[in-house]
Amino acid sequence: MWESVKEFASEFFVTGDPLIYGADVSIVLSMIAIVSVLTYFKKWGWLWREWLTTVDHKKIGIMYILASVLMLFRGGVDALLMRAQLAMPEMQFLSGDHYNQIFTTHGVIMILFMAMPLMFGLFNVIVPLQLGARDVAFPFLNALSFWLFFSGAMLFNLSFVIGGSPDAGWLAYPPYSELAFNPGPGQDFYIWGIQISGIGSLMTGINFIVTILKVRAPGMTLMKMPMFSWSVLSSCIAIVFAFPILTVTLALLFIDRYLGGHFFTLDGGGNPMMYINLIWMWGHPEVYIIVLPAFGIFSEIVATFSRKKLFGYKSMVFAMIIISVLSFLVWAHHFFTMGSGADVNAFFAVTTMLIAIPTGVKVFNWLFTMFRGKITFETPMLWTVGIIPNFVIGGMTGVLLSVAPADFQYHNSYFLVAHFHQVIIAGVVFGFFAGLYYWWPKIFGFKLNERIGRWAFWLWNIGFYLCFMPQYALGLMGMTRRLYTYGWDKGWFEMNLVSTIGAVIMGAAFLVQIWDIAHSIKHMKRDTTGDPWNARTLEWSIPSPAPFYNFAVMPQVTSQDDWHERKLRIEQGLEKPAKVELEPIHMPKNSGIPIVMSMFWFFVGFGLIFDWLWMAVPGFIGVIGCMVVHSFNYDTDYYVTVEEIKRTEAEAGRVIT
Amino acid sequence: MANVNAGHHDHHPDQEELRTFAFWIYLMTDVILFATLFATYIVLQGSTDGGPGPKDLFQMNGIYASTFILLTSSFTSGLAILAMNKGNRLALMNWLGVTVFLGASFLFLEINEFMHLVSEGATISTSAFWTAFYTLVGTHGLHVALGLGWMIILIMQIAKRGITPVTKRKVNIISLFWHFLDVVWIFVFTIVYVMGVN
Repeated sequence: MWESVKEFASEFFVTGDPLIYGADVSIVLSMIAIVSVLTYFKKWGWLWREWLTTVDHKKIGIMYILASVLMLFRGGVDALLMRAQLAMPEMQFLSGDHYNQIFTTHGVIMILFMAMPLMFGLFNVIVPLQLGARDVAFPFLNALSFWLFFSGAMLFNLSFVIGGSPDAGWLAYPPYSELAFNPGPGQDFYIWGIQISGIGSLMTGINFIVTILKVRAPGMTLMKMPMFSWSVLSSCIAIVFAFPILTVTLALLFIDRYLGGHFFTLDGGGNPMMYINLIWMWGHPEVYIIVLPAFGIFSEIVATFSRKKLFGYKSMVFAMIIISVLSFLVWAHHFFTMGSGADVNAFFAVTTMLIAIPTGVKVFNWLFTMFRGKITFETPMLWTVGIIPNFVIGGMTGVLLSVAPADFQYHNSYFLVAHFHQVIIAGVVFGFFAGLYYWWPKIFGFKLNERIGRWAFWLWNIGFYLCFMPQYALGLMGMTRRLYTYGWDKGWFEMNLVSTIGAVIMGAAFLVQIWDIAHSIKHMKRDTTGDPWNARTLEWSIPSPAPFYNFAVMPQVTSQDDWHERKLRIEQGLEKPAKVELEPIHMPKNSGIPIVMSMFWFFVGFGLIFDWLWMAVPGFIGVIGCMVVHSFNYDTDYYVTVEEIKRTEAEAGRVIT
Repeated sequence: MANVNAGHHDHHPDQEELRTFAFWIYLMTDVILFATLFATYIVLQGSTDGGPGPKDLFQMNGIYASTFILLTSSFTSGLAILAMNKGNRLALMNWLGVTVFLGASFLFLEINEFMHLVSEGATISTSAFWTAFYTLVGTHGLHVALGLGWMIILIMQIAKRGITPVTKRKVNIISLFWHFLDVVWIFVFTIVYVMGVN
């Protein structure tokens, strides 16, 4: 009996690595800590009512951001482990297998469980406020999206200590990801972790398209809509077209592994190349899905801190739409070297180069917005300005890579690694940081400390250049990606050491940011104006943090940058703050179904990973049950009374008569 | 809720209209899902790996029957909508019931067909062609099964609540979904079966 338990445990839990034992201990300790703190302060009920069952887009956004910061930590630790292994030739720090697992999880976590939720977090906290809306179109669905993402992320992270991590790279190319070559549960964790959270992402895409197209304040035509909302719309359109392809691709891989199918196997007539086409038909648009909202953020920040209207509003909108369309026509540039032939390569090379045009338009628009503006360099603006050279270098190297013949040289080298990190860290992550610093006072009611924020900015940027500039050179010197060790004779030592030092500096920068948040929670003054940056769009016209119903009175929009124009008119005495009549507000009720249903999804995934139908089948029945229960529930909303609105507004420092 | 609402000009947009719009977007994602499956099917069409192919095993008579049944069920779901628009609750429930019956018959024939194919030695792991075949046709079947469960739940809700703006929207949406499955089946019929045996 004891022997069989031991045997099961040694297969079920990952054993034999001191790093993983350390992680086991810290996971157990932090679980105990969380449970005891919640029990000691009697906070379980509060947690359930205020957070776990909430349908308020602002709270859901905060949960997304919190989860993504945790994932940034996990993915960042992965990155540091890799850089430690590569710091010197012939290092013995990680084994080859462990290294494979780490670069796989690093990639998946950073793109799907860090960048995506950070982006959805910003969508959630800001878009309804910018549109002058009370919530997203479907608050229940929104909560469900979050919890599906959360279940998927937890499932994926669990592979680290249970069963073993996936190791076939962040896109899991077959045949290596097939059962014949990769029999462990790691690859199944990959499939189900991404599948479950991907369904959530798809629903978020639908939700925000409907929100943006249908739930805007009266008078806000599409061409008066703030640029961030435009960027969210274009990103969501790409989500809706791209994510079903991911769903299918992962399902097909699952059919191959679980039901013995032959889509991508080497035997039975399968075609591995089809997977590579399919995954990049999703994967390339995915890159633009995460970068477009960053473009929207830059546009908002540049206008606010230059005290000018955004230059070339219409060209910005068209550029974003063109990018989201073109992003679907470039996927084959990820495998120029795989024998598609000159005509196919030429087509995809040209479409790839074309993307540089709308992107260039956007960069010039930001520069022209700054031209003759009264620029101030608060942290959000600092990040935005810092991103411009980064993005120009990243874009240029992208154009270099898009030249099909030259790509035969750069392909799968560190040149490529440096390129995509430059676009994704310096474009996407820095962009979302800029957005976080910018909207932080709106979300939490106080600014982040400027001085510490500047430290973080400089550390991140110095670390970034130190880390990735050498990698361009290393790539040209012949160092390939996914390689876990190299000899002294290669001459790669110095550059790799500098690169690792850069990575450590970025790690320090992250800690400085966490310190900034902790410090600011304690010491920063509350923002009573609701508009600390003297900004231009609607979200700044209400108190910070926004009341749960957002707008006591629905705003009537007359122009682009409506809040800015209204402030000007009031200043010039052309308009008096309007006398308003409050009306009861229609609000959605909280619901426990999203979190419960996502837990059932977790059981489905976990059961299928370990081939435990006794767990997967009840899990699936639970999922269906939740849908049925929700379908029969017709009591999903309520009205906030005028008295409660008055009381809430008074507490936020606004008296409404 | 109507009494609270009375006398107020509510700026909240019409939820039922929003949901219908969102469902159209959802259908678009489903179009892409099926398009991807059709693409994989077409790529793997000839990859029978020396095993049986469509010409050897497809029995078209059963396919004609199930096609006819599914197309008819789309028609009866349309009759349900007409009954609903006339406010005839009983006829609405009856036509939905007929649709459920026809849909279930379609599924029954499909399962029969799959069982026949398996007994002839064509399983999902026989070759890439059969993997693609079962995945594509099975995904459509899964959608049909989902639609049936959904329709049954709706019939129960109409029995309980009658024709209200909410149930009306729900019936309109399921009917959209049902017609959509019909369109997908026409593609399955043409690309998989008719082109498969010719």
